[in-house]
Amino acid sequence: MSGQMPENPDEEDLGELVSSLRITEERLAEMVAHCIRCVPEEGCGLLVGEQDGSVVSVHPTQNVAASAQVYTVDPREYLRIDRQAEDDGLAVIGVFHSHTHTDPWPSPTDVRQAPDAAWHYVLIGLRHEAASTRSYRIVDGNICEEPVVVLDRYNPT
Amino acid sequence: MSVAIRLPTMLRPAVSGQSVVNVDGATIGEVLETLQLTYPGIAGQVLTHEGSLHRFVNVYVNDDDVRYLDKLDTKLAPDDVVSILPAVAGGSH
Repeated sequence: MSGQMPENPDEEDLGELVSSLRITEERLAEMVAHCIRCVPEEGCGLLVGEQDGSVVSVHPTQNVAASAQVYTVDPREYLRIDRQAEDDGLAVIGVFHSHTHTDPWPSPTDVRQAPDAAWHYVLIGLRHEAASTRSYRIVDGNICEEPVVVLDRYNPT
Repeated sequence: MSVAIRLPTMLRPAVSGQSVVNVDGATIGEVLETLQLTYPGIAGQVLTHEGSLHRFVNVYVNDDDVRYLDKLDTKLAPDDVVSILPAVAGGSH
């Protein structure tokens, strides 16, 4: 997803032209830990943050499909999280879920059921011993992987 | 009566970017039909063209899912807040 092209693009402005998920190590770990706890079922949850893709908080939710192949975020939890985000001046900006036995790439089901073209879709791959985390935009049926920018003391904003 | 309807982000472009709109109606069915008539860009996305609730959309009156109340016949009171949210789902295949 691209923003407005600045008149004099330089290295700092380029960051605004490319969609990315901006998240701390701690929040990455929260998503992975929740998904590992949910095994053998798929784990899922919502991401609350800013429109620029900065994740402010991670919200594990129940998978009401209770399945190893599909997930459905508990709609009542979504309502609660959405309202709280709005009160905090933030928004639900994405969803994460795990693929327990397949690669962390959006499946045809993920693409078909993607609810919001503005969201970030994060996949936690648990197929191998080391969990992998990848993020995507899904727009009009098209998948575009985006970088996961890990915020730390060298990259605090 | 007029009730507030909270809209999910993907429907907001069809209502000029508003996150909440006020719509008249005595039941959920009435407000959703009026919503779709007032904002044609929403047609087919909350109610299907046959007039039933879209299976990938959840509608709440305050904290209650209308599917567990009276569905489209659910009656509304003046201070009720209706929330429309998409189903969030997917899978590995």
